[in-house]
Amino acid sequence: MREFVASRWGVRAGSVLAVVLLLVVAPSMLSVFSLGLLGKFICFAIVAVGIGLAWGRGGMLTLGQGVFFGLGAYIMAMHMKLADASLFGGTGVPDFMSLYGSGDVPGWWEPFRSPAVTLLAVALVPGLVALLLGLAVFKRRVKGAYFAILSQALAAAFAVLLIGQQATTGGSNGLSGFRSFFGFDLQDPANKVMLYSIAVIVLLMMMAAARQLMHSRFGELLVAVRDQEERVRFLGYDPATVKTVVYVLAAAMAGIAGALFVPIVGIVSPADVGVVPSIAFLIGVAIGGRATLLGPVLGALGVAVAQTSLASSFPSFWVYFQGLLFVLVIGFLPGGVASVPRALANLLKQGARTEADRSTGAFSAKSGVPQRAPDGLDVSTGPIREEASR
Amino acid sequence: MELLIGQMFAGLSLGSVLLLAALGLSLTFGQMGVINMAHGEFMMAGAYTAFVVQRSVSDAGISLLVSIPVGFLVGGLMGLVLEAVHLRRMYHRPMDTLLVTFGVALILQQVARDVFGAPSVDVRAPAWLQGNVELLGSPIPLTRLFILILSLLCLAALAFLLRGTSLGRRIRAVVLNRDLAESSGISTRRTDQLTFFIGSGLAGIAGVAVTLIGSTSPYLGTNYIVDAFLVVVAGGVGQIKGAVIAAFSLGVLQSALEFSTTASIGKVLILVLIVVFLQLRPQGIFSLKTRSLA
Repeated sequence: MREFVASRWGVRAGSVLAVVLLLVVAPSMLSVFSLGLLGKFICFAIVAVGIGLAWGRGGMLTLGQGVFFGLGAYIMAMHMKLADASLFGGTGVPDFMSLYGSGDVPGWWEPFRSPAVTLLAVALVPGLVALLLGLAVFKRRVKGAYFAILSQALAAAFAVLLIGQQATTGGSNGLSGFRSFFGFDLQDPANKVMLYSIAVIVLLMMMAAARQLMHSRFGELLVAVRDQEERVRFLGYDPATVKTVVYVLAAAMAGIAGALFVPIVGIVSPADVGVVPSIAFLIGVAIGGRATLLGPVLGALGVAVAQTSLASSFPSFWVYFQGLLFVLVIGFLPGGVASVPRALANLLKQGARTEADRSTGAFSAKSGVPQRAPDGLDVSTGPIREEASR
Repeated sequence: MELLIGQMFAGLSLGSVLLLAALGLSLTFGQMGVINMAHGEFMMAGAYTAFVVQRSVSDAGISLLVSIPVGFLVGGLMGLVLEAVHLRRMYHRPMDTLLVTFGVALILQQVARDVFGAPSVDVRAPAWLQGNVELLGSPIPLTRLFILILSLLCLAALAFLLRGTSLGRRIRAVVLNRDLAESSGISTRRTDQLTFFIGSGLAGIAGVAVTLIGSTSPYLGTNYIVDAFLVVVAGGVGQIKGAVIAAFSLGVLQSALEFSTTASIGKVLILVLIVVFLQLRPQGIFSLKTRSLA
């Protein structure tokens, strides 16, 4: 089964199945409302693909993905606000600005009048921010917890900045009340289905890109940087470059997801981008299996579904549940659900294992590498390395 | 001149709050590499302790003096439980402790919401802390002066503990070289537990202190945790003197920047400054010289 899933035909069959399920079955079975919800979950799944690369494969604990998600979302929202204003208002000034501000459009909004600039910026601006932070941090070999804390501080500062600039960002209310998306009426159910389909296609493209990257030499290097950064440096590679590239990629994915989130959900506010939502992106990735390709996507979808169904009826219970998920999954199942079959198999083989370990000492017979992986991830990376080298 | 002194004091006062929040964090982070995101929630527990104590002891002055040791115990015991139940199995993967303790923080916040309600509650400051003193013509609130003194007392106590007691020697030995300390007969297990107890207890005291300058809500911890971590990062992990310098310079800088720009832009500028600073000194103001590559 595992061999089939990893094989070329398995991937093709899986992709076809996913396309049919998400693009044909779901739109015909679900109501427009549920389809919108599913579209929102798919946006989270796109973020999760990037986190899976950066965190699961690269070992960078990115606690600030909400910033990149938010940058993409706000850029798209600014464009839609401006477009709405010139389509329906006539003045070209978004409604909330004349309410809170001077009634003038600030200069840094102007570039986003252009659809082309907007489409480029939703990926490039988050990527650029990640590039600057990544170069500043990784080149100076600031890593591990330091990086995690800095990325978290970035999320906190971004949310504070958005709330503080009420007149130009909508403050804590955020931006909402969009009526059109590149000229398409957002009230029209057909356009809602179209938006959903775009999100699905983007998700599948991102997954394909992530898979390509994981299976390339660069992907191998990335895992090597995660597990033995110093050794990679001594071999002549620059781990900082590898990490920065993947961090930028993850940021761009989050930005694109944010840009899709806005027309589908219809609002973006600082509550979607701060410290807590940024960390919340991680739990789905952890549950599914952070170092795998499908794990983060399925985990993110699963958590989003659970949150929507539980949080509305039992809000307090959901918070406890979310907290417990972090404690239990990260504490006891760091490889996520994806590692369960292998963990069970290991448990069955344990008798034979201990014998082998004794004869080779602290080194594993297979790779000759000391067994102590820094993040306890050896369980989940095993199968991936095998399939990558096949 | 008066403005300058007022600004300086506002900065020192903010710095002292940051220092109180960061002292314990610096201890647990430096000692065990555990990134305790629930540290802010231990502060919140300390703050609610002050609230509960004040409800049972009517006199505000006595309740404050009682709250400080009780807050220390409450925070410390919570830390001890967290360490014993979960963290001790996770010392070899510090990044994951961040996420686990974030889960704990979520749960503790919800507990606070369910027990005390989401709206914030207030703790009365005692009569002898109301009002101002004049310092070179500018008024200084007594509550803020009290927090400054309290943070310096905590600092002195911690410095004495680390420098002058056998527990402190054990802690420093474990920080420098865990394996060697263990083979010299130090119980790293007990040292870890005690360190975590003290570090979390300091969070409890910090929580009691901040009730004097603001109201207490379930979100109290999240307001301080990120800044406290930045102090630890800028100061150098496990470096108490680094944390002191970082806390007061960040406090003065932040209040100056917030005064000259706006609160939100000040926060962003502080973050930029820290990233720039880490370009110059990636290990923080002070760093521990060890032979490890990491």
